[in-house]
Amino acid sequence: MSSLQRAREAFRRDQVWRFLMPPISSAVLDTRHGPILYLEDVSVSFDGFKALNKLTLYIDDGELRCIIGANGAGKTTMMDVITGKTRPDEGEVFFGQLINLLEWSEPEIAQAGIGRKFQKPTVFEHHTVYTNLELSMKTDKSVWSTLFTRLSGEQRDHIDEVLETIGLSGQRNQRAGLLSHGQKQWLEIGMLLMQEPRLLLVDEPVAGMTAQEAERTAELLTSLAGKHSVVVVEHDMEFVRSIARKVTVLHEGSVLAEGDMETVQNDPRVVEVYLGE
Amino acid sequence: MSLEMLKQDRPGQLLLGALGLAALLVPVMNLVIPAESAFHMPTYMVTLFGKYLCFALLALAVDLVWGYCGILSLGHGAFFTLGGYAMGMYLMRQIGERGVYGNPELPDFMVFLNWQELPWYWLGFDMFTFAMLMVLVVPGLLAFVFGWFAFRSRVTGVYLSIITQAMTYALMLAFFRNEMGFGGNNGLTDFKDILGFSLQSDATRIGLFLASAVALALGYVVCRMIVQSRVGRVTVAIRDAEDRARFIGYKVEDYKLWLFVVSAVIAGIAGALYVPQVGIINPGEFSPLNSIELVIWVAIGGRGTLYGAVVGALLVNYAKTYFTGALPELWLFALGALFIIVTLYLPRGLVGLVRRREDAV
Repeated sequence: MSSLQRAREAFRRDQVWRFLMPPISSAVLDTRHGPILYLEDVSVSFDGFKALNKLTLYIDDGELRCIIGANGAGKTTMMDVITGKTRPDEGEVFFGQLINLLEWSEPEIAQAGIGRKFQKPTVFEHHTVYTNLELSMKTDKSVWSTLFTRLSGEQRDHIDEVLETIGLSGQRNQRAGLLSHGQKQWLEIGMLLMQEPRLLLVDEPVAGMTAQEAERTAELLTSLAGKHSVVVVEHDMEFVRSIARKVTVLHEGSVLAEGDMETVQNDPRVVEVYLGE
Repeated sequence: MSLEMLKQDRPGQLLLGALGLAALLVPVMNLVIPAESAFHMPTYMVTLFGKYLCFALLALAVDLVWGYCGILSLGHGAFFTLGGYAMGMYLMRQIGERGVYGNPELPDFMVFLNWQELPWYWLGFDMFTFAMLMVLVVPGLLAFVFGWFAFRSRVTGVYLSIITQAMTYALMLAFFRNEMGFGGNNGLTDFKDILGFSLQSDATRIGLFLASAVALALGYVVCRMIVQSRVGRVTVAIRDAEDRARFIGYKVEDYKLWLFVVSAVIAGIAGALYVPQVGIINPGEFSPLNSIELVIWVAIGGRGTLYGAVVGALLVNYAKTYFTGALPELWLFALGALFIIVTLYLPRGLVGLVRRREDAV
């Protein structure tokens, strides 16, 4: 393109300069068309290994979705992409119709309403259960406003409510590091709830839990669906069967099958690569 | 807010009480009690204690970032020294015509280098308020620029420690050069007076001691307020689980940067109070060894407690004075042994012996 053409292009009268446009990222979450999360043709590769390969996935607002797949199928990478930890090589990730997640950093994505639970329970071990929840609360999280802030009565009530939901009211003043493994998992889910997210990404919530604890976790997660959209990544087929309404099977970085548990289980390709083994 | 929070802080009360007591007793023992009495405190000792208080303030700054945010800075001596240089430049300008060469405008070393006029960055340092402002601004700005790049690129752990070390080393090499205009190898010295008071007089020495005590007390209260606030809890959260903090919506870089700058400013103040008491500032203070040593003070005292850093700085420096006088060749061995013992057997430092873990985070 010659410089003249380029100049003409820059001064086209039917267009507004990009930097003069109102930032799209300030747009509100728009889920009028159904899905709350759009992943389209997302690819990620690490040193030539394709962790995600043209992955296309839609999550509906208020849905509880289970994602299964063998090790290396790209489940965790997918979560990394959604939460801003990994940038995809290509593809688009939208939260609602308007929020382009690829332009946002991790804290911004978290504040926009996507909460993430890690595979290994990660809580602030030196803080009490109560403080853990307090820090996770949805509020202005910039340094200066955090410096002078105090808990309001309303916020205290909210924390109490969440303590009740996750069944840790009795441990509120205990250091999080002293909790049992299962309790830490719940605390982490509680921390997500404090953020009041629209979408929860939950990575292997019942790993290392007893059958009883897993059952309670299943109840907790199903009760969350509807108010929030929940995406659960899990290995434990028993657990998936107990909560799933819709299941997506990932294989080598893309979707292999999708549907209710029945259909997916009987899909010959799924049986071959995953369930059959 | 501060009073309320100090009510629960027993060691803090003790510390502030002890500082208050020292601020009362030391002037009396030095100025009122006659020299022949056993209770008289000689001026050199006042200055020595004043110096310790500056080190304690510096240790506090290190504990703030290391103990409460996990940023192990091995370059905090740089902020201390820059604060010291800012003060030193003011003191140089106060010498005026009384220098060896009698030049009213230029410090001696510039006359010696045949410089004709004052470099632009020395302008304004004849004003006390401007110099004091620079004591805060220069270390703060360096910390801001350095931290902005380091934290944004997510440099953490050992790598961060190494580049802080490189920073202070680079500054040392730069300040050694005569062309920098900071007195090169010899640094700034031969100070005469501060705010019109002679630096040789006992009363000025007492004044500087008191200023150091007040600075340490205020520094302690400010640091305590920070770590008790929600910001303090967030930085501890960042220390323990950085990713978690990020995914619940905290801009980890902003918090680290903020705390790092606050810490650097406190270190700068400590340096500014140190220089008039010891009477010299030279590039040797930038030496990475100094920065490492002050991390050892904090480790020995007990990190993540604030008062532990103060205790560590005071004890180790007292021991250093004693050893270098009595058994000079043994000091480094003693320091090394102390560090190893503390690391192996007292992970919570000396204060951990007395206090159980409930208040440390």
